[in-house]
Amino acid sequence: MIKKFDKKDEESGSGSNPFQHLEKSAVLQEARLFNETPINPRKCLHILTKIIYLLNQGEHFGTTEATEAFFAMTRLFQSNDQTLRRMCYLTIKEMANISEDVIIVTSSLTKDMTGKEDVYRGPAIRALCRITDTTMLQAIERYMKQAIVDKVPSVSSSALVSSLHMVKMSFDVVKRWVNEAQEAASSDNIMVQYHALGLLYHLRKNDRLAVTKMLNKFTKSGLKSPFAYCMMIRIASKLLEETEAGHDSPMFDFIESCLRNKHEMVVYEAASAIVHMPNCTARELAPAVSVLQLFCSSPKAALRYAAVRTLNKVAMKHPSAVTACNLDLENLITDSNRSIATLAITTLLKTGSESSVDRLMKQISSFVSEISDEFKVVVVQAISALCQKYPRKHSVMMSFLSNMLRDDGGFEYKRAIVDCIISIIEENPESKETGLAHLCEFIEDCEHTVLATKILHMLGKEGPRTPTPSKYIRFIFNRVVLESEAVRAAAVSALAKFGAQNDDLLPSVLVLMQRCMMDSDDEVRDRATFYMNVLQQKQKALNAAYIFNGLSVSVPGLEKTLHQYTLEPSEKPFDMKTVPLATAPITEQKTEIAPVATSKLPERLAPSRQDIYQEQLAAIPEFQGLGPLFKSSEPVQLTEAETEYVVRCIKHTFANHMIFQFDCTNTLNDQLLQRVQVQMEPSESYEVLHNVPAPNLPYSQPNSCYSLVRLPEDDPTAVSCTFSCTMKYLVRDCDPNTGDPEDDGYDDEYVLEDLEVTVADHIQKVLKPNFGAAWEEIGDELEKEETFALATVRTLDEAVNNIISFLGMQPCERSDKVPENKNSHVLFLAGVFRGGHDVLVRARLALADGVTMQVTVRSTDENVVDVILASVG
Amino acid sequence: MDTLILEPSLYTVKAVLIMDNDGERLYAKYYDDTYPTVKEQKAFEKNIFNKTHRTDSEIALLEGLTVVYKSNIDLYFYVIGSSHENELMLMSVLNCLFDSLSQMLRKNVEKRALLENMEGLFLAVDEIVDGGVILESDPQTGGSPCCSEGR
Repeated sequence: MIKKFDKKDEESGSGSNPFQHLEKSAVLQEARLFNETPINPRKCLHILTKIIYLLNQGEHFGTTEATEAFFAMTRLFQSNDQTLRRMCYLTIKEMANISEDVIIVTSSLTKDMTGKEDVYRGPAIRALCRITDTTMLQAIERYMKQAIVDKVPSVSSSALVSSLHMVKMSFDVVKRWVNEAQEAASSDNIMVQYHALGLLYHLRKNDRLAVTKMLNKFTKSGLKSPFAYCMMIRIASKLLEETEAGHDSPMFDFIESCLRNKHEMVVYEAASAIVHMPNCTARELAPAVSVLQLFCSSPKAALRYAAVRTLNKVAMKHPSAVTACNLDLENLITDSNRSIATLAITTLLKTGSESSVDRLMKQISSFVSEISDEFKVVVVQAISALCQKYPRKHSVMMSFLSNMLRDDGGFEYKRAIVDCIISIIEENPESKETGLAHLCEFIEDCEHTVLATKILHMLGKEGPRTPTPSKYIRFIFNRVVLESEAVRAAAVSALAKFGAQNDDLLPSVLVLMQRCMMDSDDEVRDRATFYMNVLQQKQKALNAAYIFNGLSVSVPGLEKTLHQYTLEPSEKPFDMKTVPLATAPITEQKTEIAPVATSKLPERLAPSRQDIYQEQLAAIPEFQGLGPLFKSSEPVQLTEAETEYVVRCIKHTFANHMIFQFDCTNTLNDQLLQRVQVQMEPSESYEVLHNVPAPNLPYSQPNSCYSLVRLPEDDPTAVSCTFSCTMKYLVRDCDPNTGDPEDDGYDDEYVLEDLEVTVADHIQKVLKPNFGAAWEEIGDELEKEETFALATVRTLDEAVNNIISFLGMQPCERSDKVPENKNSHVLFLAGVFRGGHDVLVRARLALADGVTMQVTVRSTDENVVDVILASVG
Repeated sequence: MDTLILEPSLYTVKAVLIMDNDGERLYAKYYDDTYPTVKEQKAFEKNIFNKTHRTDSEIALLEGLTVVYKSNIDLYFYVIGSSHENELMLMSVLNCLFDSLSQMLRKNVEKRALLENMEGLFLAVDEIVDGGVILESDPQTGGSPCCSEGR
């Protein structure tokens, strides 16, 4: 057999693989040789090797053939050849999952495990534990315990590691061996100590006290094994994190002392642990950083890599701590290992000064094509952070980014770059033209639909506001001609925005739209026809509603209301105002570059919180006929934490009513509450109509009771009110263990905190991407204006935040961000008032000696305007 | 790149791989479910081979995993661990493996010699890593039992 293969070798030349043309069935046939006596060790060894090789290559073995081979192999135990025996152990492990009745070798393995040949004992233990189940384990428990404390290190290690593997299967049995493991932990052998500690930790990890004791003991007595030290450092870090102990605890001291250990592995582990701790001060980080700095100049690439990677993480939170290493990092830029060089550059980008940016960018561009996609994304993220830090450098970075866009790369990489460019454009108006130009060039040749549509959307939003919008039209229209349906549809929408905003471009856009109406795809034709009609009307209000600011209602809500409408025949046309608004304001393209995800989950349109509440409330008969749910507030706590009864309230606003939902929890296990309701005393002319009590409130099972309140009709400006709330219920004492209540009970009450209803409860946030158009759309017929002096507010930031939270309206056009060092600011807010009335607020703020604010309110309803102004005042 | 504190565990190695200079698998042992099917494993091996066989660096980050590697004449050795793992620990495994094989093959660490000694390789790796736990880090003890018997 062996000779044949050698011949083949010589025939096919050098470098060929004697295992290359192995055929599974042929090899298994050969295994019959095992049954021959006397056993020929060399031949059998070779056959076993071939079997394991096949398994290793991923060859599939059916159960029958595997079992046959396994049984044949058991015969080989008769031989005393050491290598053969050890290969048998290996075969047992490899075939444990694919063969049946593997437990027949148990007695042979047990014999070897307790036998005289030390060479066999370790591997025999490991093989045995691979095939053992819980019942068998108890049978060999005695041998395992002896093996753990055996003097021969390989035996002890094998026993300890096998015990660890079996913890998953039989935790209770292995737990009984903890004393033996403890004894093994004082061994001199570095691996035995490591394994013993690991096992002890796994057995005790749910008992924090035991772990702390163990840690204290071993840190005092000292350890011999660098691996054990690493394990201890990780345990100490975890404990520090869980107990939130301060950095003056002995655990931290232990980790810090490891920085001076003689093994590099331990030093690095300690430095890494310190860096990852959540609340490290710069002073605590300093020794770790200096150690990492030393590693940067190590001849071993792995050390340099580990050091620079950790320094990179430090730079994210404490850039100043890393500046001491800048010189060493600069040396690493030319490292032959590209990963190290990239990490060095990105760290420098985070900590470097503005003047070094040009130089660094030039160095990266020279090799960015050679690094892997993951690192390319890292570099893009670093550049994005840098752009925010040094906005003046945007032109250098923009050109660098556009070069990267032109190169090859995966989807995640290109997306990271596009997101980065878009965020630069949004943050920095000076860069807009260059940025848009680069993006236009990119979509000429972009294979990713998602990116093309995103860029077209951006072009539609920002392009019309540039000085020469016409130059973008060509790029957009080319997409209409050349690309897939989704991209064409996006291009049509973008074109419409240009037409709506720029009157001089309108005729050209209309002509192009006409051509789009001939498209082969439904969606494209529909959009083109729709936009044509809207544009031809030439009315600003229509443009604002249908082209600029999209659908602001919740999509599942829309679906439900439409369905309702189709069921009930009606003369009136469908009214959009009956659809509840989208609760989560659609955030304005907050482009955050996420790290490369290894799995991508598809996006699902989950029903929003509001839709869930709507369904719950509609199920209660007393609450029929109130109309659609307008808004639900966030939960408000009406009791302190740790009280006997925990109550929180959610305010649901309808057109003319409010429903207060009280979620109550009883934390006393010896009481059962029944007929629970909350009595409310309003301070203004709100009328409590009805209470729906919660029938039962047993221990620790939350339940809800409701109160229906009518809003005052005669005084529409009375939007705010305070309710004093008392919880009333029937209490029956019950047995804490069984929960059985006694027969009679008594009435009781429990005073809750006051509940406030404010103007924000009557307003739903709505995002208007184009505030100016919406402002024009409402018109100034019902506009009112007033000026206020804000006495208690010192900064513009504070004023802006106060108004946003008080009115509960959505800031638009990114006006919630006040630029630095400015004395004046304009805040745009949008919302819809209860009843479906759009309301827009423009607040001009000036910082002189205190803050003055001029508020202009526009709405489609006069009362709403009055309400807003009255609330602000 | 997050700031997770690693759960202390003895399970440090995800895989040990040996490939020839065509990127074909000579030996592969995966210790967890990161790549459950043979197809995925082979795809992963192809990927890391492409990224590493040209350069001479010892360490890289690929597919979110730390890869330490060493090559000699026509063989490529890889040890794979999670990206949070201590890179020096993985290096110690790689060095132990390489040194054991070097002793076993009398410094002739190349494909032909290795193929003639596959059983030695299987046993050596079995002694160094067990189920993802580093069993031995000293090449003297790791390779020696089979060293004396293997030829």
